Amino acid sequence: MAPTRDVAIVSFAQTTHRRAVPELNEVELIQPVIREALDAIGATISDIGFTCSGSSDYLAGQAFSFVMTLDAVGAYPPIQESHVEMDGAWALYEAWLKIQSGHADTALVYGYSKASPGDLPRVLSRQLDPYYYGPLWPDSVALAGLQARAMIDAGIIDEAEMAAIAHRSREAARGNPHAQLQGSAPIDELLAAPYLAEPLRRHDCAPITDGGAAVVLAAGDRAREWSKRPAWIRGIDHRIDSHNFGARDLTTSPSTELAAQKAGVAGGPVDVAELHAPFTHQEKILTAALGLSDDTVINPSGGALAANPMMGAGLIRLGEVFKRIESGEANRGVAHATSGHLLQQNLVAVLEGER
Amino acid sequence: MPPADADRTVTPFPVGLWEQPQPSVPGEAADDAVQRIRVPASITYRYTPGAAPTRFLRGLAGKRILGEKDPVNGDVYVPPRGMSPIVGLPTTEQVELPDRGTLSAFCVVHIGFGVNAPPTPFVSALVLLDGAAVSLYGTLLEIPIEEVRIGMRVQAVWVDDDQLEPSFESIRYWKPLDEPDVAAELLKGHM
Repeated sequence: MAPTRDVAIVSFAQTTHRRAVPELNEVELIQPVIREALDAIGATISDIGFTCSGSSDYLAGQAFSFVMTLDAVGAYPPIQESHVEMDGAWALYEAWLKIQSGHADTALVYGYSKASPGDLPRVLSRQLDPYYYGPLWPDSVALAGLQARAMIDAGIIDEAEMAAIAHRSREAARGNPHAQLQGSAPIDELLAAPYLAEPLRRHDCAPITDGGAAVVLAAGDRAREWSKRPAWIRGIDHRIDSHNFGARDLTTSPSTELAAQKAGVAGGPVDVAELHAPFTHQEKILTAALGLSDDTVINPSGGALAANPMMGAGLIRLGEVFKRIESGEANRGVAHATSGHLLQQNLVAVLEGER
Repeated sequence: MPPADADRTVTPFPVGLWEQPQPSVPGEAADDAVQRIRVPASITYRYTPGAAPTRFLRGLAGKRILGEKDPVNGDVYVPPRGMSPIVGLPTTEQVELPDRGTLSAFCVVHIGFGVNAPPTPFVSALVLLDGAAVSLYGTLLEIPIEEVRIGMRVQAVWVDDDQLEPSFESIRYWKPLDEPDVAAELLKGHM
């Protein structure tokens, strides 16, 4: 969808991601990040017109867990607030719509989770339909293995290329102080490791992470006041493929392709792309669906393979592109977020700095 | 009285839009719908309460009620969740509160849930501890139900010392305290 108002990301903060943060509850985990995102632009909650968060009770193991996390915002006097049971990237989409519709000029968006209390691959199986797939409890890694196998059989990728993606991502993460995994063993060593869900090895999978992120959006001159170089959202769109794996060609992502088209990815050079690919082979699907060329730097942060807080990793992709535009390192970038198994649902945003 | 639109005819769906497909497999009758399937599901979580609730629960094991203070307006939250919901900042200073307070709201429960529920009917209560900004939940016993009233003074009844644990259940229930009632006006905003 093409925007009618100029809206930009003006601030971004994230946790230093860890496998497990048992000493903090969710509100204690996310509050410093929300505070950092607001403090960076000298804002308080009273400067924010709309607040939207993304999280999941299935991950928290608690009903209405997002309500308690709202304590981190300081929602008094009462604020305009909403929540999505999705990645924070979709909370950002809702906030963007709210600003487009003229009901707010600024928004605070955050997404977070603690995946550590539950058994994540099993918890994620609860996203499946309740009649056919759900009762079989297929875990997320096994499902991704089916997709990787389909790609290898189609001659689109091989295990060495997958290992190279893992290696490049985690080596890039050496420059990311928030990353959970920094650095990688050499590719031949990676390929000598045992399979987890053949053809996937441990290095092909994103880590399990406790963490989150926060972003501030602002329209027009407010954005210019708050950031020396805001990352304007030139286009943003999200699309979904069938939940029925058997009805999909798992080696492609039509929903990403369509979202990229609607967001206008091809309308200019892409300096940087942050792709939310929790498995190595999925980066290749996304690169093709987005039509990215070799000139684009992909996942300089390390991507989801370096840290993958559920409900936050997609929002972090938007934040990482913002950071590079704000610093002047990039002028135009693409951020992608995914939700569900096997890249079922995909959000694509085109961000751009003013010259 | 029946609802005003009880006789209203339900608008039929447009033909073709919501129609169910007719089974075309021989012997498969249209009225053979599966009514239910059984899908046992369970996920085990290792839940941790976080820093502030840990301090609170450890306090209970020592027969102490530890609230935490709002860094800006000084309000004391109990049980603490680690954050002031008013200003969105961490509570860091702990405040020990007495195990007595004022009934700020109650209801009479006629259907009990859980293994530890007292025999019904019993009184579920919110108790505003002296010095706290928000009320605690508990059960009120040792008083005829018809005498329970907002503003009455109450006190915690703890489990025996050798039974104390880092658990909210270390407080067994609340009982009336022989002190003058507090005016309901003073409880406003603290329920």
